[in-house]
Amino acid sequence: MDLRTSGKPASPEEIEAVESVISILERPTGTETDGKGSLDGRGIPFDNKGGHRDLLLPALHAIQERIGWISHGALDYLSLQLGVAPAETYGVASFYSMFSLEETPKTVIHVCDDIACRAAENGEPAAAMSGRWGAEGDGSGEVMWVRSPCLGRCEDGSAALVQRAGMPHRRILVAPLAADALAVELEKPVHDWANTESFRVPQRESDPSSLRLLKRVGVADPTSVDSYRSHGGYRALRRALEIGPDNVIREIKDSKLMGRGGAAFPTAIKWESVARNTARPHYFVCNADESEPGTFKDRVIMEQDPFAIVEGLTIAGYATGCEKGYIYVRGEYPLAEERLDHAIHEARSKGLLGNRIFDRDFDFDIELRRGAGAYIAGEETALFNSIEGKRAEPRNKPPFPAQAGLFQKPTGVNNVETLINVLEILEIGGLAFSNIGTPDSTGTRLFCLSGSVSEPGLYEAPFGIRLGELLDMAGGVSSPKSLKTVLLGGAAGSFVGPDQLDIALSFEGVRTAGATLGSGVVMVFDQDADLDQAILRIAQFFREESCGQCVPCRVGTARQEELVLRLSNNTVIGSRSDEIALLGNLATVMRESSICGLGQTAANAIESAFKLGLVRG
Amino acid sequence: MSDSVAVSIQRSVSVTIDGIEVAAPEGSSILQTCRSQGIDIPTLCYMETLTPVNTCRLCMVEVQGSRTLVPSCSRKIEPGMVVITNSDRVSESRKMVLELLASSVDMSIVSDELAGWMELYQVDKERFGPMAAPSSLGERETMRAGHHHKSDGSKAATVFEPVKIDNDQYVRDYSRCVLCYRCVEACGTDAQNTFAIALGGRGFEAHITTEFDVPLPESACVYCGNCVAVCPTSALMFKIEHDMRQDQSWDESRQTITRTVCPYCGVGCNLEIHTQDNKIVKVTSPLDHDVTEGMLCVKGRFGFEFING
Repeated sequence: MDLRTSGKPASPEEIEAVESVISILERPTGTETDGKGSLDGRGIPFDNKGGHRDLLLPALHAIQERIGWISHGALDYLSLQLGVAPAETYGVASFYSMFSLEETPKTVIHVCDDIACRAAENGEPAAAMSGRWGAEGDGSGEVMWVRSPCLGRCEDGSAALVQRAGMPHRRILVAPLAADALAVELEKPVHDWANTESFRVPQRESDPSSLRLLKRVGVADPTSVDSYRSHGGYRALRRALEIGPDNVIREIKDSKLMGRGGAAFPTAIKWESVARNTARPHYFVCNADESEPGTFKDRVIMEQDPFAIVEGLTIAGYATGCEKGYIYVRGEYPLAEERLDHAIHEARSKGLLGNRIFDRDFDFDIELRRGAGAYIAGEETALFNSIEGKRAEPRNKPPFPAQAGLFQKPTGVNNVETLINVLEILEIGGLAFSNIGTPDSTGTRLFCLSGSVSEPGLYEAPFGIRLGELLDMAGGVSSPKSLKTVLLGGAAGSFVGPDQLDIALSFEGVRTAGATLGSGVVMVFDQDADLDQAILRIAQFFREESCGQCVPCRVGTARQEELVLRLSNNTVIGSRSDEIALLGNLATVMRESSICGLGQTAANAIESAFKLGLVRG
Repeated sequence: MSDSVAVSIQRSVSVTIDGIEVAAPEGSSILQTCRSQGIDIPTLCYMETLTPVNTCRLCMVEVQGSRTLVPSCSRKIEPGMVVITNSDRVSESRKMVLELLASSVDMSIVSDELAGWMELYQVDKERFGPMAAPSSLGERETMRAGHHHKSDGSKAATVFEPVKIDNDQYVRDYSRCVLCYRCVEACGTDAQNTFAIALGGRGFEAHITTEFDVPLPESACVYCGNCVAVCPTSALMFKIEHDMRQDQSWDESRQTITRTVCPYCGVGCNLEIHTQDNKIVKVTSPLDHDVTEGMLCVKGRFGFEFING
């Protein structure tokens, strides 16, 4: 089959951008350009299997960064070089919100207007932006701004991601966001644009000995492997190599560690089934695509303790017989990506990645991949598709990742927080770890406190802590008004009322209360909070982040948003009770028949808000 | 799909469907097993000749031990599996899925089978309110992922847009598109290996498209028409049929179908020539023919102009 392209030329800059990613590849003859980038793909052998299709996202990023958008000529050139049909490349590029397919100003500011930031700014964090840079999406000037889903800076109450294309190019995450201060920053030379680095771990001051997972945060230098090692780093890997892969899995089993990504699956079972699978190679993926609204825990770890993730993933790779690991970090986290990239290079240069790690017969390396603006890519099988250079559409399960995951090979996949627990388990032993927390939810948990609390930030507490106790740790409700509700677990979680402060925050405790811990979100709303706004934003979020693959989610999330709008505007069709019944009916079908967790949980928070009477029923 | 081959080399698996124990060849899907027992399960994206993508979620059934419903088209049977196909839970899901589609897509020209299921599940397409007006041509295709037009919720969002007519062979009426992925599969590895079309965009704005929405003559399309052959809702329609429907001369009751062998090359594709008033109005190929499985090339599909002329 021949590959047909439009014949539109790519510019020298576009070619350079693509080549910066794929220049190492051997390519079939005929794909050389005439120097002008103009070529017709007819006659080039092409099977659309794309032996290197997994370079599609990195190359799209390179074009986006260099040019600011992806032109037809650039898309054709890339497609031809990777042997992927242009229609498919277009399908991939148009799936992700950080890729632009029309000419766009070189500077684009993505302003967080998700639940926490909206509430903090009285519903309109973006208002100040319009004053300075014109209407949302107005691309006529030098700078364009658009609204964004949660950027993981909820503890700061407002945030923006700035994408700057060109040479040099830059991405920065700033929080809290002040339009005037940002304008000053953007006046500086591009390479001086700075991320606002901050982490709020109040226990660091009040009770540092209570920190296990966060013990190095704010203590060790996140850019120095020596500093990491002098604070206990790489002891766990050394121990793992001493006891061997089977015993590592036994320790994890003894620890009763459950995944922290949201599904709470026993980690040891996952690892064991990858280790035992006879198909080769095996892969291990660290899911660092944190995007659940209200969640910022993984970002803090990536920014402040990146070597811990490298070490945790190396141990996972060792225990499961992998030679290669991937870290998939969300595109909205530039500092986290920088720190991880640096940590991987440092580790490699010190012989802690690569061949013969610690002089043992163990080879392992890590590749860092960047997301491009898609919440759904955090679903593990969607994440595999994204790494493979496809649209991040979740796969039907079974088969499960341990059977056929990344590149259809046996794959282990864990969230950032899960992997750093592994270090603690190997340090103190699985049995000792299992004594922390509750019998069925062992260890400590990271909680992301935001909204109306006195000290928002990242907290660590043993499983089983009461919700009220956790709120007290954060200084209680910040305003004179009393507590109205807490959103537990994120947009995919649910609201709980002030009468439920004695909920034990363990997997079984929240299950009994009909809630979920999700990604550890604890978002606090006081009596003044506008819950209509909050649930509308949640409905809008799921509609915009649905991949669009299955009917219950694709159309269901749109219908859900319309229903919430009608109820909130009081423009119901028929009676309010009819509309609420329909909303409930829709929620059931989305939960039961959607392909993945996004559709299955998209109605949870909204349903709980109506049940609790937080919004007019 | 070559089920007969699978049967000959595989063992039999025992499962319980709606309380009755049945045996089926290992590797069969729940759907195949049910249909072999005469149990009716509605499907939309599923087609025997294509890889199941389980996106429409119409064929959902209950499987004991599973938290959610399960797509019967792509789930293989396992020994001892207990399946329920006719519970209220299942019916409610199928009804809602059909209503979600009918409220957002023009489903006025569908197979008798699908129309039958819509009647069976008492599909009410107005359940989500009056339908929103069509978008302008190309508008949906340029929506940026993660950004949609905000509405006040008073109208049910639809995929309605003007028909795309950019060649003499077939038209694309995406107001009728249910995103079953069949055309993309037929254009890709399941049949034609041309890859002229793909899924573009995201969420409710996801759509079938060429790169940058270029007209078909500028795309990789080779006009085999296999996408048209697999489309379940007439979103893809031969131009002759489209034009005849426009001037209201299309009348299937006056059409005859003649089965013959394509004269162009030696492969031996079977053709079904649809004629009305002694003119060829459409060419299809039988699904059950083991050379073509319903697929044809541009010559067999469209090379009849000289006869009509």
